Amino acid sequence: MGKVIVVTSGKGGVGKTTSSAALGAALAHDGAKVVVVDFDVGLRNLDLIMGAERRVVYDLVNVIQGEAKLTQALIRDKRLETLYLLPASQTRDKDNLTAEGVEKVINALKSVFDWVICDSPAGIERGATLAMRHADIAIVVTNPEVSSVRDSDRIIGLLDSKTVKAESGERMEKHLLLTRYDPARAERGDMLKVDDVLEILSIPLLGIIPESMDVLRASNLGTPVTLADQRSVPSVAYFQAARRLNGEDIPMIIPGEKRGFFGKMFGRKAA
Amino acid sequence: MNLRRLFSRSRSAPAARDRLQLLLAHERAAVGGSDLLAKLRDEILGAIAKHVQIDGDKVSIKMERGAQVSTLAVDIEIPFEAAKKAA
Repeated sequence: MGKVIVVTSGKGGVGKTTSSAALGAALAHDGAKVVVVDFDVGLRNLDLIMGAERRVVYDLVNVIQGEAKLTQALIRDKRLETLYLLPASQTRDKDNLTAEGVEKVINALKSVFDWVICDSPAGIERGATLAMRHADIAIVVTNPEVSSVRDSDRIIGLLDSKTVKAESGERMEKHLLLTRYDPARAERGDMLKVDDVLEILSIPLLGIIPESMDVLRASNLGTPVTLADQRSVPSVAYFQAARRLNGEDIPMIIPGEKRGFFGKMFGRKAA
Repeated sequence: MNLRRLFSRSRSAPAARDRLQLLLAHERAAVGGSDLLAKLRDEILGAIAKHVQIDGDKVSIKMERGAQVSTLAVDIEIPFEAAKKAA
């Protein structure tokens, strides 16, 4: 049985879709069978970020409404054999997402894939609550910026109350993914530091993705950043985050942090 | 390293512009209800369903939207029994 991850944030534009595509591709690259599901009905973009926008035949709403089979709606990535995309509908209303329909689709995907990554829409409405509803693990994407941190706190509250896990008295596994981090600004004191965000949200850190041209370039080309240039700084950071999801213990490196020779040798432990 | 990368790579913005223009041309047509590719897909399936019971798992549909030419590939397995009955 595969694991279901929700990539969520509350606030828009923080990097949910970029991170969903990058982590999905990284996990698939390391051999896992992965499907990334777009829950942003009406405003889909995961297809564009993954470069499959011209190949969408059916979508999540078609499957839920019984107009297409799940296998017909899944799009296989052209670069990785084990990476699939389930697009959201662009023309339908998000009210077409029903709780029962989503549950059926997630259960079917779980039985086939190792990882089911649900890319949540921004906000706390239906699409967002349904995306998190069946998750085993939540990745909270946050920018080091006040409104993003506040919205993440709100989302953490929902993860702990409105999910199947929470309702059945289990603990939802939550991870913080800090994105668009600018070490120079943080060093100058103009940006919240990693420790500030960790202290406020108090969930474990999965990774720090620096603000980078490589992310924009990859999205221009429709390639998950982890498949674009595997040696780029954001790509390495996403690969390490993916391996941490797999339970590997990889020291956390804060981008740009001034460290001595030994610091560079041994990195920094994850919180 | 960074310099080498700067020169070795072509700019990605033109690729982004081309992808968006193509995608939006198709999407604007779809909102106006004239997504030809989707209409063809549904009518082809409808025509076949009139004659044989189609098993959803035995139908594979691929579309590729292009600037000049789009392709629609419908691959349907029709069981021998159904073909015999219809004949």
